[in-house]
Amino acid sequence: MLVLNKLCAGYGSFRALFDVSLEVKAGETVAVIGPNGAGKTTLLRAISRLIDPSAGELIMEGKPLNAVPAHELVARGIAHVPENRRLFSRLSVEENLRMGAFLPSARAQFAQRLDTVYQLFPRMRERRHQSAGTLSGGEQQMCAIGRALMSGPRLLLLDEPSAGLAPVMVQSIFEVVRKMSSEGYTVLIVEQNIRQVLGIAQRGYLLETGRIRASGSSAQLLATDEVKQAYLGM
Amino acid sequence: MFDIFLLEAILNGVLFGGILALLALGLNLIFGVIDVVWICYAELIMIGMYAVYYLHAVYSWPLWLAFPACIALVALLGTALHQFVIRPVLSAEPINQLLVTGGVLFLLQGAATLAFGVEFKNLGVQLPPLQVGELYLSAARLIAFLVALAGMIGMYLFLTRTYLGTAIRAIAQDRAVMPLMGVNPQRIFLITSALGGGLAGLAACLLVLQYDIHPAIGLSFGPVVFLVCVLGGLGNMIGGFAAAFLFAQFISVGGYFFHLEWGYVIAFLFFIAAMFWRPRGLFGGAS
Repeated sequence: MLVLNKLCAGYGSFRALFDVSLEVKAGETVAVIGPNGAGKTTLLRAISRLIDPSAGELIMEGKPLNAVPAHELVARGIAHVPENRRLFSRLSVEENLRMGAFLPSARAQFAQRLDTVYQLFPRMRERRHQSAGTLSGGEQQMCAIGRALMSGPRLLLLDEPSAGLAPVMVQSIFEVVRKMSSEGYTVLIVEQNIRQVLGIAQRGYLLETGRIRASGSSAQLLATDEVKQAYLGM
Repeated sequence: MFDIFLLEAILNGVLFGGILALLALGLNLIFGVIDVVWICYAELIMIGMYAVYYLHAVYSWPLWLAFPACIALVALLGTALHQFVIRPVLSAEPINQLLVTGGVLFLLQGAATLAFGVEFKNLGVQLPPLQVGELYLSAARLIAFLVALAGMIGMYLFLTRTYLGTAIRAIAQDRAVMPLMGVNPQRIFLITSALGGGLAGLAACLLVLQYDIHPAIGLSFGPVVFLVCVLGGLGNMIGGFAAAFLFAQFISVGGYFFHLEWGYVIAFLFFIAAMFWRPRGLFGGAS
């Protein structure tokens, strides 16, 4: 579904990604793990075209994305839940979800998708008239994921959904991702919570200082020396 | 003792407040969403007033046709202002943004002087005053008040009930995340500029019924509108609404107790005091 071929990207003269190649197949949940500053967020921002790749290929469903402006990515089936959630804090929960369904094709299915999101996150239905800024961290993450689902994406990009959440909330967010994964959503998830994310992803990539250091099935990745030593303390 | 002239002054203040609120709404919409102050806002209204004058008094268009044409023209001017003046300085320092729109102010004023001359022009439409008992009210002001109110309600419904209106409020909070919603921010900015221009056009239609037109007329209400916006909290549309009515009462009732010019003095003194007391406006910043 999504193919990155030797993708390079950065900010100005600062290079953050070096020849990153990875693939996400339809129906898969793929994790990108790595330490702070490895370039994980930059990777997702490059995929959703918020920054321009300086070299390499970015292909979604066989079509190159390199020259597609960021706001057309949603129409190509990609939804990005950004770092820090970035909700519209003074809009209500339901208005935030409405923004996720801004494109005309999504508006036609608004009621139906709203129902799907409320089934996935019953808490959002209770809080639908509350302004998003008053939600707890975990609820905000649910709202942000719900907002992304409202566009009916074929590929969901999740940027550290567990960041800054209480442990019990982290559990329930991963539970949601696992549920989406089993319902057939295609997910590319970036995380620092390595053990947990590899517990729900089928495959993973280890990103360090902008380069892919290791890749493989979640079990293989957990067994590599790099991951064991650096991140799991073994 | 019941004072009929005081009642008249209060009612006139309410009517004046309505039109001030409409003027403030356009400026607040632009600032709240695009984060740029159109210093030349009142000059757009001046152009709109000339448009109505020429279409109606010179080319004999009926008013029901001249008014929509004026609104469309000023809306178009608003988008042109954004596309050619604001957009290039969108990420520049605020002082540069102020200076370029200030430059447009003098450009429009100078162009209007060259094109239309300095003499005062009158639309030639006189509405008879309304008499209720011993109370006299200007019909033009009452119509302006009612239309301004309808315009504001329409804008409120648009901003809260539609996808586009919600996107306009959303982009005011976080413009960088909008592409992830599939929204092109530049398109929303252009639409917002057209709306702000359209509101200025509507204000022009209402003002041209009450005032003679001359190239510097923008200066007679531009600063007041700007102060009203700051008083209500720049970018805060509801605050601007409340501040407009408050400010108009100061001018109208203050003018009744002392002298018309004193009304403005009192209103401005109140403004200065309010700025010491609440520097971000009586009702806080953008919301």
